[in-house]
Amino acid sequence: MKAVVTVIGKDAVGILAKVSGICAQNNANVTDVTQSVLQDMFAMIMLVDISSLNGSFAALQDKLTELGDELGLKIHTMHEDIFNTMHSI
Amino acid sequence: MINVYDILETIRMIQDECLDIRTITMGISLLDCIDSDIDRACEKVYDKICRCAGRLVPVGEEIEKEYGIPIINKRLSVTPIAMISAACDADPVKFAHTMERAAKECGVNLIGGYSALVQKGFSAGDERLIRSIPRALAETSCVCSSVNIGSTKTGINMDAVALMGHIVREAAEATVKDRCFGAAKLVVFCNAVDDNPFMAGAFHGMGEPDCMINVGVSGPGVVRSALSKYPDADISQLADIIKKTAYKITRVGQLVGVTASERLGVPFGIVDLSLAPTPAVGDSVAYILEEMGLEKCGCAGTTACLAMLNDAVKKGGVMACSRIGGLSGAFIPVSEDAGMIAAAECGSLRIEKLEAMTAVCSVGLDMIVIPGDTSAEIISGIIADEAAIGMVNSKTTAVRVIPAIGHEVGDTLDWADSSERGL
Repeated sequence: MKAVVTVIGKDAVGILAKVSGICAQNNANVTDVTQSVLQDMFAMIMLVDISSLNGSFAALQDKLTELGDELGLKIHTMHEDIFNTMHSI
Repeated sequence: MINVYDILETIRMIQDECLDIRTITMGISLLDCIDSDIDRACEKVYDKICRCAGRLVPVGEEIEKEYGIPIINKRLSVTPIAMISAACDADPVKFAHTMERAAKECGVNLIGGYSALVQKGFSAGDERLIRSIPRALAETSCVCSSVNIGSTKTGINMDAVALMGHIVREAAEATVKDRCFGAAKLVVFCNAVDDNPFMAGAFHGMGEPDCMINVGVSGPGVVRSALSKYPDADISQLADIIKKTAYKITRVGQLVGVTASERLGVPFGIVDLSLAPTPAVGDSVAYILEEMGLEKCGCAGTTACLAMLNDAVKKGGVMACSRIGGLSGAFIPVSEDAGMIAAAECGSLRIEKLEAMTAVCSVGLDMIVIPGDTSAEIISGIIADEAAIGMVNSKTTAVRVIPAIGHEVGDTLDWADSSERGL
């Protein structure tokens, strides 16, 4: 079971570290990351394994959203199934 | 890894283009609640609804969060109450109060099924229930009502048509203080469907399982924005873009429906592939038609564009889900669609054109405010015209008109809170 974390917003120091820190705290293994900085817009998409979380998926979502609010970024954490069903036949 | 472009597209659809699941509707059969004692019957109805639907709202919210897709409404539909109340010789409004109480207990937005099916004639309890509709809608807030007055097989029950004109007026009159909102919760159908998840016309039909989950998707904003990226597309390309978009939207509906059905332990029924507009900016069917090339919704060419839109939405959606049902197609509820409101205000959209559009859209004359001095006979005439279109063309048609009691042509009724009320 995997989830997709997307982070979009103004670039700053340590975004990747903070997001992956929260993933580590919740025992979510990061399996893939792509990121780009266009002008000063930061966009990152992270694939994390959520099959052995130490809490609930909802708790991980809440923590990441909280971090997003703190840093002024938009962080979405969604189950990968929604992307798979929408974009593949 | 999933394509980055696809991920961003999904997020944009949800964030900026109002993609949502409009409703998860649980259909519950009440046939095992029939009792000649109305109090006992009501008690059984309350218990059954709470037992089946107790977890619907929490499960819906859980799915909403997990997949990051808003599920706007959680609703219930029940067996037409006329069948349940037929056994007891008492005022059926008691059932409406019971439905309201159960719906509040479960936390759902609306409950549909204060209904009667009289396409061929009135059976015991039908007429009494129909006559009680205005009172039931005035005394409750989340109960919705519908009456099926005709079908392709049986023809139209003209006695019921005559009666419903009066009932629609009375429903508005009984709720004058509430901006005639009672009439917005009442639909008159021809060829009503058994598994419709959308309100106000949802009821749990005969031949459906004891309990099941139906899902209604939405996404006019997504279709419009997809079309706007191809300003020079020809008509086949337009149809293709709509089909692809409808496919994606419907897939989300299928995912949510299957997940909800697994978690609730209730069979999954159908996905209703509909473009249901909301007053939100951009979430409008009229704007899709205008994006397709119409100067203004209601001008010459509108019916053809709507027919093409409807056809493409169905073709795209069919492949995306295991079973389709409900009304499936584009809705044209005038007062819930910013583009339709604008077209009506500037005079380009008139009721005659709307009637023509209902011959090809998924439902009928929906959420149309008519002057307060419109007589019951005229309303019956409108109902008969719509029913005739449905009967002859083997399609569902409906009339949901709201006589604005005390108002004239040009006045405005503001239901800014209608989406909060779950309609």
